[in-house]
Amino acid sequence: MKFAVIVFPGSNCDQDAYHAARHVLGQSAEYIWHKDIDLKGADVVILPGGFAHGDYLRTGAMARFSPIMREVEAFARRGGPVLGICNGFQVLLEAGLLPGAMLRNRGLKFRCEHVHIRVEQTDTPFTALCRTGQVLRIPIAHGEGNYFADPDVIAGLETNRQIVFRYTTPTGELADEANPNGSAAAIAGLCNEARNVVGLMPHPERACEPILGSGDGMVMFESVVHSLKTGALVARA
Amino acid sequence: MIDSAVLERHGLKPDEYDRIVACLGREPNLTELGIFSVMWSEHCSYKSSRVHLRTLPTEGPQVLQGPGENAGAVDIGEGLAAVFKIESHNHPSFIEPYQGAATGVGGIIRDIFTMGARPIALMNSLRFGSLDAVGTPRLLEGVVAGIAGYGNSIGVPTVGGEIAFERSYAGNPLVNVFCLGIARAADIIKGVASGVGNAVYYVGAKTGRDGIHGATMASAEFDDKSAEKRPAVQVGDPFMEKLLLEACLEVMQTDALVGIQDMGAAGLTCSTTEMGSRGGAGIEIDVAHVPQRETGMTPYEIMLSESQERMLLVVKRGREPEVERIFEKWDLHAVHIGEVTQDGMLRVRHRGAVVAEIPNRALTDEAPVYRRPMEVPSYLADVQSLELDRLSAPPAAADALRALAASPTIASKRWAYAQYDHMVQTNTINLPGLGAGVVRIKGTARALAMSVDGNGRFCYLDPRRGAMLAVAEAARNVACAGARPLGATNCLNFGNPERPAIMWQFAQAVEGIGEACRALAIPITGGNVSLYNETDGKAIYPTPVIGVVGLLEHADRVLTGRFQRPGDAIVLLGTGRGELGGSEYLKVVYDRVSGIPPQLDLESERSLQELVADLAADRFIRSAHDCSDGGIAMAVAECCFGVDDCGADVTIDAVSVAGDPLLNQAAALFGETASRVIVSIPSDRAGDVLARAAAKGVPARVIGQTGGHQVRISVGGELAIDVPVVELERIWRSGIDRYFIRKVA
Repeated sequence: MKFAVIVFPGSNCDQDAYHAARHVLGQSAEYIWHKDIDLKGADVVILPGGFAHGDYLRTGAMARFSPIMREVEAFARRGGPVLGICNGFQVLLEAGLLPGAMLRNRGLKFRCEHVHIRVEQTDTPFTALCRTGQVLRIPIAHGEGNYFADPDVIAGLETNRQIVFRYTTPTGELADEANPNGSAAAIAGLCNEARNVVGLMPHPERACEPILGSGDGMVMFESVVHSLKTGALVARA
Repeated sequence: MIDSAVLERHGLKPDEYDRIVACLGREPNLTELGIFSVMWSEHCSYKSSRVHLRTLPTEGPQVLQGPGENAGAVDIGEGLAAVFKIESHNHPSFIEPYQGAATGVGGIIRDIFTMGARPIALMNSLRFGSLDAVGTPRLLEGVVAGIAGYGNSIGVPTVGGEIAFERSYAGNPLVNVFCLGIARAADIIKGVASGVGNAVYYVGAKTGRDGIHGATMASAEFDDKSAEKRPAVQVGDPFMEKLLLEACLEVMQTDALVGIQDMGAAGLTCSTTEMGSRGGAGIEIDVAHVPQRETGMTPYEIMLSESQERMLLVVKRGREPEVERIFEKWDLHAVHIGEVTQDGMLRVRHRGAVVAEIPNRALTDEAPVYRRPMEVPSYLADVQSLELDRLSAPPAAADALRALAASPTIASKRWAYAQYDHMVQTNTINLPGLGAGVVRIKGTARALAMSVDGNGRFCYLDPRRGAMLAVAEAARNVACAGARPLGATNCLNFGNPERPAIMWQFAQAVEGIGEACRALAIPITGGNVSLYNETDGKAIYPTPVIGVVGLLEHADRVLTGRFQRPGDAIVLLGTGRGELGGSEYLKVVYDRVSGIPPQLDLESERSLQELVADLAADRFIRSAHDCSDGGIAMAVAECCFGVDDCGADVTIDAVSVAGDPLLNQAAALFGETASRVIVSIPSDRAGDVLARAAAKGVPARVIGQTGGHQVRISVGGELAIDVPVVELERIWRSGIDRYFIRKVA
């Protein structure tokens, strides 16, 4: 299984995603520079966290114009699994691969801490090995993770079961104080209608080894390998 | 043209000007005067501190690079080096908190990757006036946001640090930033220019008029006009620096590079001069080739600009295209601006015409060195006297503990570190707030622990002992994570060295650092001096800040300062003597900064630290926490925070330091005697640990047990404190937050 980790100028979690896929999971992985126009046969694409192009405009607003994004979009259209983490999620929103937008955190400050997210949907390539309702302890680190969309868009997300993760208490209850950034409907992560493109603000790659304080993020990487192996997903770059 | 007004604007004294004329054998032109003024500024030349700094221990078998380069480096095994340094950005941060702090982070990161190391951890040591004072919360907010804004974006985790509040820093906050990187020991790169004819490249952001005379500003006192110096503070661009970092590390993978240096203080002037001087060569550049952000810049402005995110490279002849290609990939300017020469001159041209021509030696080796007069400060005798029996009756011990937990200097710093990305790079194995910062080294079983510590109050009362205590505390914190100290970096923050009392504080503190580092076998590999920390003639407390880096051979044996399980035995290593001099207790309860700081026996301290690291390595102990601010009572309370069912029930020895029994009790609980560590151990291993301690000559005693929901402390058989953990923890967690309560929509 081959992971492509897209590197935008200003990406800073590219090496972490690569490390998780390559050294923790033991799969092959390759960095793909944003000016490249070829995903080099990857089976999975990760848009990593960071501050692509400095994020001096809206987060992710510039990155969507990088040459590689046309390939990523084509790969997604073919049903290939794409995971956007943090800034990568923001890029997916800007690129229109996922609906909605990000506002500044409601506390107006960057927040870095472990949070709890509840798995709402297990029929995506990145949650296939999870249980519905399973609570994962995973870190966040962002200043603009306050998910926003029109009420009818949110209603559509609910109807189509596109809300993949929500912020909850450690026991899986929804609570205002468990929502670290004010996201609408406590949304921590989404998928597209075809379910192969997933974006989330928390950093699963930071929770893949017990020595880092949590191994809960590993299940997302294992899930995509499982999904590809069992043929649930067939697209290739 | 060069009259006394011009000299004053350049911060040069008349006799220094005479020396310049003698060096050149002629009058300098204005550009040359500007170059001399920054190179001979306190900030760049260390002219007041140099004679003292020479006495510091800088050698050891593990030292790969001592002082004099962009950063120091120590061998951490497996062919790897830890490259680290601390630097101050006090003056800019007072003038413009966000950008001042942000560019401080940018500067120290450049110092590290300039050496060929990938930066993997940041820390900071911050000091402000009282948080109750108008303006302090805003200053703290700006500085923390600036550090976060830069560090988070560039992707280097901020893994620890300290924040203290003391009135003496009200007009002059301290912002000291530390960075550590990892390099292959064989691949460390230096800031050297050599090889006649090799190309000199300018890389990175364009040069603007920002920051002209920043180094000179950092070498003067503040007054009510200081706010007008805002144009001398630069604006940081972490995105640009991220590109620069990746591109430079990529260039370093080739062997096309001779040397590299960042343009920090004194910009192009300092980098060209120092690189030439280290390599025994000259450098000739034409400033017309320097990418410029503004039109009509003069050579004077270009040479003195401190615009951020710029590097100077010397590239091997014939290898230029390779290097240019890499920078092109990262969309960065890499411009050939000159050559290495053999005549040892810094020669600056502007469209071909020579506009400055100065021997490098004149700017570096021949810079003035002062042995400034010293005298014992007149305040000292007064503040050192502390008659405990003249104090009013102390509050109940439990109330004093609550007050200490709420004191912003002791309280949880979560408000700050939650704003820092402390996990990026996925190496952080001790989260902030649990003791020293610890990062694992990927590809090895190892980890590095690091701590930055200072104590201005102790240094104010006794600069020599205060400095020794700072070294001991930083090293002890590293040992409490289970690591063995390898090296240290220092940031020396003092007032105006032209005042003999300040110079005496400085000399005493440097002696103290030297003595402690020698005794603990921790060489100083570099650092930074920040003088003139005064506003309207009032100096800050003398504040040496020490950053210590230590090695854990097994990352998975790292310790935190939190109790892990109920039912464990709590052992005190070391002995309390009830020393209240300079304590947080006196400050919080009596609003007094007086007395003599705690004694420090360096041999005992070293044995204690070795013992803790040994016990951790052999997996004998489950947690280790040193006793410092707030004494043993605060240390025990902190050990209980954040873990369920891990309260504590302990009994400590009584002391007799005063007539009032309540004051004696307070001294036992809150005195800040050094060389003490609280460890928790499985109760059946207590005997082993006591035996190991005895073999090392470290006093050790089981003082109680973990468990329950109370912090319960008896002194000499009498119950003194019995408070629910949750109550203390709530107070401790809101100690800083309460100043920032804001209605959120």
